[in-house]
Amino acid sequence: MKQFEPLTRKKDSQPVRYLVVDDSVFARKSLAKMIESFGGHVVGEAGDGCTAITEYTRVNPDLVLMDITMPQMEGIEAVERIVHEHPDARIVMVSSVGYQDNILAALQKGARHFVQKPVKPDALYEIIRYVLNDDGVTATVGAAQETSR
Amino acid sequence: MRMDLIQPFIGSLDAVLAEMMRAPAKIVDLNMEEEGYRRKGLAAAVEFRGQIEGRVILDMEPSAAAHVASFLAGADVDPSEPIVPETVCELANMVIGNAVTQLNDGGFQFKVLPPETITAQQVDKAGMDSEATILCFETPRGKVHLNISMRYQKRRARERAPALT
Repeated sequence: MKQFEPLTRKKDSQPVRYLVVDDSVFARKSLAKMIESFGGHVVGEAGDGCTAITEYTRVNPDLVLMDITMPQMEGIEAVERIVHEHPDARIVMVSSVGYQDNILAALQKGARHFVQKPVKPDALYEIIRYVLNDDGVTATVGAAQETSR
Repeated sequence: MRMDLIQPFIGSLDAVLAEMMRAPAKIVDLNMEEEGYRRKGLAAAVEFRGQIEGRVILDMEPSAAAHVASFLAGADVDPSEPIVPETVCELANMVIGNAVTQLNDGGFQFKVLPPETITAQQVDKAGMDSEATILCFETPRGKVHLNISMRYQKRRARERAPALT
């Protein structure tokens, strides 16, 4: 898999910490591989919305990648609950179902962005960089070195 | 079955396979079946409810599914490994999700349920469907079938339509 310029946290130059939420083990593995190629670190995984909420509180990730269609509790409801508890949560929806109503509902509940499956690593990298940079969370390694000079 | 409901699934399967297999998929057969579903390889189903109700089954030759799993794992995966059926499930999710997105943006309203791997026991349940359209695609790594059984609920559409005054 293509390697990207690593995204690190501005405050401590550590890898960005991710929570990956998807009911498919295959999808979680695939996303974890992409995150690895972005220089990130998966600190938690969940297979449904309920587990995502508890995992978020436990690991306090920098960013969440959240599926929509899941058993027990769907992604949009999980976003609403996480953002209610943690207003600064950064959540990117990753789903194969990308119709406008769904995207709009996710954004209204507090999601920051949306990526449609099958996920293209380049697109996901750009979106993550955009979302994290928007909050001043990340710097690429190159940018961090530039700043320290 | 209405072709405008089927067309998005054809385009979606083509696009997803091109992305995940790095290979083109060509339709080699299309037929109707009234005798219920019979599993051909590794299969997963996605159900939907709303203005359109029914289910779509993605059924892949194990060699084709293993090829996708290998591509994503970055190493050879044997067709017997547990990750292979899981791969079919996620591919079904992508193919059907993308098609459903097009239908939904086209004005049809319905909800998609999470994909499920079809086991031998579930084949009996899936076999109760009265009529299905079967699309057979050929890829360099094996055949892929889409089994589509769905109904357009006119009554539900009318119920949701705004009342004329």
